[in-house]
Amino acid sequence: MTFENSILTLLTWLPTLGAAILLLTPKGSVNAIRWMSLAITLVVFVLSLVLWQSFDASNPGFQFVVNMPWIGDSIGYRVGVDGISVLFVVLTALLMPAVVLASWDVDTRVKEYMIVFLVLETLMIGVFTTLDLAMFYVFFEGTLLPMFLIIGIWGGAQRIQAAYKFFFYTFVGSVLMLLAMMAMYWDAGTTDIIRLLGHEFPVGMQTWLWLAFFASLAVKMPMWPFHRWLPEAHVQAPTAGSVILAAILLKLGGYGFLRFSLPMFPEASAQFANFVFLLSVAAIILTSLVALVQTDIKKLIAYSSVAHMGFVTMGIFAGNALGVQGAMFQMISHGIVSGALFLCVGVIYDRMHTREISAYGGLVERMPQYAFAFMVFTMANVGLPGTSGFVGEFLTMIGVFQVNTWVAFGAAFGVIFSAGYALWLYRRVIFGALTKDSLKGILDLNLREKLVLYPLIVLTVVFGFYPAPILDTTAAAVDNLVAQYATANGLDPAVAQADARAPLEYVAPVEGAAQPADDHAAEPAAH
Amino acid sequence: MIIQAIVFLPLIGALVAGLLGRSIGHRPSEFITTGLLLIAAVLSWYVFIPVAFGDGLVGAAGDGHAAVVKVEVMRWIQVGDMDLRWILRVDTLTAVMLVVVNTVSALVHLYSIGYMNEDPHRSRFFAYLSLFTFAMLMLVTADNFLQMFFGWEGVGLASYLLIGFWYTKPSATAAAMKAFIVNRVGDFGFALGIFGAFLVLGHIDFDGAFHAADEFATTGLPVIQFLNWQLDAMTVVCLLLFMGAMGKSAQFLLHTWLPDAMEGPTPVSALIHAATMVTAGVFMVARLSPLFETSPFALTVVIVIGAITAFFAATVGLVQNDIKRVIAYSTCSQLGYMFVALGVGAYSAGVFHLFTHAFFKALLFLGAGAVIHAMHHEQDMRNMGGLRKKIPITYAMMMIGTLALTGVGIPGTNFGFAGFFSKDAIIESAYAYGGNVGSLAFWLLVIAALFTSFYSWRLVHLTFHGSPRDAQHAGEGPHPDPAHAALESHDEPISDHGHDDHGHHGSAYDNAHEAPNVMLVPLYVLALGAVLAGVVFYGMFFHDVEHIEHFFAGSLYIDHEIIEGAHHVPLWVKWSASIAMIIGFVAAWYMYIRRPDMPGRLAATNPGLYKFLLNKWYFDELYNTIFVRPALWIGNAVWKGFDDWLVDGKITEGLGRRVQNVTSWVVKLQSGYLYHYAFAMLIGIAALLTWAITAGGLI
Repeated sequence: MTFENSILTLLTWLPTLGAAILLLTPKGSVNAIRWMSLAITLVVFVLSLVLWQSFDASNPGFQFVVNMPWIGDSIGYRVGVDGISVLFVVLTALLMPAVVLASWDVDTRVKEYMIVFLVLETLMIGVFTTLDLAMFYVFFEGTLLPMFLIIGIWGGAQRIQAAYKFFFYTFVGSVLMLLAMMAMYWDAGTTDIIRLLGHEFPVGMQTWLWLAFFASLAVKMPMWPFHRWLPEAHVQAPTAGSVILAAILLKLGGYGFLRFSLPMFPEASAQFANFVFLLSVAAIILTSLVALVQTDIKKLIAYSSVAHMGFVTMGIFAGNALGVQGAMFQMISHGIVSGALFLCVGVIYDRMHTREISAYGGLVERMPQYAFAFMVFTMANVGLPGTSGFVGEFLTMIGVFQVNTWVAFGAAFGVIFSAGYALWLYRRVIFGALTKDSLKGILDLNLREKLVLYPLIVLTVVFGFYPAPILDTTAAAVDNLVAQYATANGLDPAVAQADARAPLEYVAPVEGAAQPADDHAAEPAAH
Repeated sequence: MIIQAIVFLPLIGALVAGLLGRSIGHRPSEFITTGLLLIAAVLSWYVFIPVAFGDGLVGAAGDGHAAVVKVEVMRWIQVGDMDLRWILRVDTLTAVMLVVVNTVSALVHLYSIGYMNEDPHRSRFFAYLSLFTFAMLMLVTADNFLQMFFGWEGVGLASYLLIGFWYTKPSATAAAMKAFIVNRVGDFGFALGIFGAFLVLGHIDFDGAFHAADEFATTGLPVIQFLNWQLDAMTVVCLLLFMGAMGKSAQFLLHTWLPDAMEGPTPVSALIHAATMVTAGVFMVARLSPLFETSPFALTVVIVIGAITAFFAATVGLVQNDIKRVIAYSTCSQLGYMFVALGVGAYSAGVFHLFTHAFFKALLFLGAGAVIHAMHHEQDMRNMGGLRKKIPITYAMMMIGTLALTGVGIPGTNFGFAGFFSKDAIIESAYAYGGNVGSLAFWLLVIAALFTSFYSWRLVHLTFHGSPRDAQHAGEGPHPDPAHAALESHDEPISDHGHDDHGHHGSAYDNAHEAPNVMLVPLYVLALGAVLAGVVFYGMFFHDVEHIEHFFAGSLYIDHEIIEGAHHVPLWVKWSASIAMIIGFVAAWYMYIRRPDMPGRLAATNPGLYKFLLNKWYFDELYNTIFVRPALWIGNAVWKGFDDWLVDGKITEGLGRRVQNVTSWVVKLQSGYLYHYAFAMLIGIAALLTWAITAGGLI
């Protein structure tokens, strides 16, 4: 047992160990349960920071690898992280203490509640650390179960339908993914992800494998038009559930694309890139417009999540370093920002027990600190430079512009629409005169809420000005991935891939000044 | 260290006032932010004076001279080939902007101590002002596209916060939102322009990009496949970038936010919506002049948009009744002048007008603020009149501002107010540019000069001359615009925040009082600028090509032909602006002093035209119909029609009819039964896994 080979195992299973201890704690001692949960999640968080600290960012491969036979000959206990997965572990571990703190006032079945969340943490970290296909499936699907319970037991009035819909959508997709995984095993003879990454699947087979994975991952992201379960689930889930759902569970989709689709089925990925672009742009434009007309705060933020995930899929399938790095950054940033936004909604929901936008107005009068926090996250959601939200959006768009200007053009509408729905929400909830009697006694953030929100504000702003800690961590692994992707598609990775696919040509020198007589030249300015 | 101090002192002020304002109190917040800004302003002049009157910019080490000084602050985004750093770049163009931004900002801070005296959220206000200044400084010191975009959005945020500063007013928060979103429409283009520039030029820092653009002279211009068309790449990039400039500088089509932005406190209007932020677009085009010079077509678009804006905004300014809105349209119009200068290639003339305009327009706004202050937040000029006797100092300052704005001076000599030098430089350059576009721009600008003179003097007459027309004095004198009763504007005069219930008795006129010294001193300083900025700096910006080249030291493109041409235009061209100005003056005098009943009759006899102008060419209504409502309609249609009805109602529930049955069945059960269901799921997963393992032959 060295640090190298035990850290990931420890990170993964410590929450479950905590859950087991909670199981033995008497039901009545709620405070002890809360403090213990907080302590466990904090320890896991510190461990994850240690992991990040010891992670060698210059190494594009997997680190802290353990590979032991486990179940039978094929399924091994295989764990390891690379630049793509390590940050998700940290993100998960970061948000869990916040979630526990935000759930301090939950008073029904506290014990079960904390146990479920701790088990969920194990499953989420497990998804990102496992290097075995079968175990990946178990963790990936396993996250459904706690989430299903969280929505179904601690959720709102229509929680059963929402929980059901959540389950239905994600499970239908997963069945196809499971079939694909079996096919992969038959073809490659292993479930070891490291070996699978080196295996070349026949091109014809890739198409089917890609589609099967897509069915599951697209629902998870969720990509338009497979997103319908998300608003429902968010609206009915308790605050903590929404936070985990938006911040971590949605990232499983993007992670899956980066771990499987792009590196294992590169030809198919290139083939389907335009299809993904189409859905991504549809997500960005259409769901932003849908967000514009929502009357429920949580639904609005849920729809905006779908739009932001559109940037992620777009960046991933741009297939160049800018796009993929941008997608990675966007996922981390969205994890922080959307998690924080749902926490913000939770703050006022706890006080007023309504999510209707029209029930609020003028909160800044009584809640200036809340208004400040909400402003920061709103601006990050809008993608204002200087917040983490900007970096990802910018990188994915500049990445995709090099591949396909139409897509960048469409995605840039998100720049306008996101400002529309986010600021309108802010205006209706925070600004205005405080005239509603029900709001006259509302209190500003308490210490616990500040402890949850202020660190997230700091992260949002710091990563906006100095994103290097994230970008440096992902750089080597992403470069490696992109180079492989380019090679597989017959492009020379040494040449900047952008140049090979760029929509740009040089014409012979024109005498005098070139006169672009084409009337269409004025087109972009006409908008 | 001086450069870092100039940029970061305002940020420190913003953080102190914003985060600690509650604990340290309002007065210390005001003093700290204002003090830091004053230091920054002095340092800016310290940087600028060697550039203007000495040998050039003092080098980074504090000795020698350099065309450009760069200070790296830290890394930003490094991905693949892209290496972005936070760098403060100072060259002549930046130095000019530093002086403008920090001087006006420091004076506005000082003025606000008096103007916002009774506001309960003063420290927040000062934090926003300083935050704005910081963002604007980041914009002008940018060394790459993205840092410029950061400053660009940063000033947008500050502008949003300041317009909506009085958040209990629905009109203010609506205006704030509108400003941000309309600017975002411009940013849509700006962002795509940056992506395009990176693709076409391969660099995202300015020096690299300019160098790459220079090489096109030998390699030929690239063609880009943009959307479905093969287009000249530089034209596409420049037009997209210009779209951003149009948004920020409130140019025709994207101008609608600026008049509404007058909802903000008046010092904000002076700083952001007159002197600095709205000139960011002009600065951007000037900064990127080496890129724009590669695309004649894009430059033509710049000229046309600028000329139309100058004309259009001036026409609307003719009939507005809100004192701040008149000045806002005037700003819009003057920005149009600047763009014409940039488009014809007289970049230095555009920057010159930016420089002089900052002084006299800030003076006019702050003067208007003093009037509003005196009238206890009355902004409708129809309720003013005769204030000359009550507030003589403000009157004198407003007169200086008006003389500078209308460009009073004697052509062919060095006698004139600031606007005279810079505006005539632009009009002459437009004439020198020639061709259809040049002639169109020239005539539109001359007509706009006439209108400028008219609405400026109309403002002075309605506000300061004649007899008082507030509620108590109404009926004593003829109403200047009797038509307003019959032809109600859509656009109710905005009244400033009603937070000061002084409990005054008597009319606003009787209680009108001169502003305190803390508000008057900034007016004096700006008045000095409005008088002298033209004559002192004419040489560097426009007089003589060699002098201009020496002064700018390569920080923008200088077209010898245009500047030489502008100095050799016929005499009637040189006089044209002044003649237009005199006609406007006489017309205003005749209509508002000599025959005060005439405007009303004119409005009554031409109701169509009057309403068209009063309602700002109906742009708000048009945009509401063609953009806002369809967007909401599509949103609703996609949500209710596609998401809820088709995907959810038909497909999801149609896929498994059992789903519905199960759902309704489960609903009837108590939540305890959920465990059974979850347990069933668990078994399901386990079964699937077992099957997978055995069927897959994993064991």
